[in-house]
Amino acid sequence: MKAAVIVFPASNCDRDLKVALTHSMGREPDMVWHGESELPDTDLIAIPGGFSYGDYLRAGAMAANSPIMREVVKRAEAGTPVLAICNGFQIATETGMLPGALLRNAGQKFVCRDVDLLVTSQNERFVGGFEQGEVVRFPVAHHDGNFYADEDKLNELEAEGQVAFRYVSPEGEQTGEANPNGSQNNIAGIYNKAGNVLGLMPHPERLISDELGGTDGKRFFDHLVNSIV
Amino acid sequence: MKARVYISLKNGVLDPQGKAISHSLQGLGFKNVVDVRQGKTIDLDLADMDRAAAEAEVEKMCQQLLANTVIENYSIEMLD
Repeated sequence: MKAAVIVFPASNCDRDLKVALTHSMGREPDMVWHGESELPDTDLIAIPGGFSYGDYLRAGAMAANSPIMREVVKRAEAGTPVLAICNGFQIATETGMLPGALLRNAGQKFVCRDVDLLVTSQNERFVGGFEQGEVVRFPVAHHDGNFYADEDKLNELEAEGQVAFRYVSPEGEQTGEANPNGSQNNIAGIYNKAGNVLGLMPHPERLISDELGGTDGKRFFDHLVNSIV
Repeated sequence: MKARVYISLKNGVLDPQGKAISHSLQGLGFKNVVDVRQGKTIDLDLADMDRAAAEAEVEKMCQQLLANTVIENYSIEMLD
């Protein structure tokens, strides 16, 4: 299996993602600079977290218009799986690959901690390694993670089963307290309609070994790689 | 040719920064402040060109980059 990690100026989780993918794939992903206009042949495109272009204008706005993203959008439309984490999620909404937008956190603060997430819908490729309704733990680290969509779009996401993860209590309850950023319906991640693009604010690549505090991220990547192979 | 673009969050979109500013103003004693919405302005210096063509071009810039129309409204003012 081949994977490509897109690297923007001020991406800062690109190397973590490389380590996580390398552990699960047994080979290194291609690291593709944002100024490239061609993508290598790849089975998975990963858009990493960070602060691309310093979050100028809006988080993800400039990166969404960089040359490589035209190619990423084309591949996504053709069915290539795309995993967009944190700033990657922001970039994916800015390109229109995913609906909605990520606003400033409701509490105004940068939030950096582990969160409990309910695996909300069963998308075999991305979360088939988890039980539906299972609570998993990934860290968040963001200032603009407050998911927003207008009422019609939000209803559509819910009705179509496009909500991937929700912020919940350790017991799996959707509470205001468990919501770190004010996201509508506690949404932490969503799929596109076709189900081949996943965007999420939490970072599975940051919990891939017991030394780091947990292995739910490793389970996520191991399954993703197996399902693509 | 100069143009100014005003960008603001749509009604109903939470503006935590506006809210924080509102609280601060009230804390300073400005009791008449009911609500604050924060936006931004972008000043563009354009080559000399037909005014209508320039405005049409700025409109395209807003659609493609300057505003995110999922959450933001924009308006354009031609200054020259």
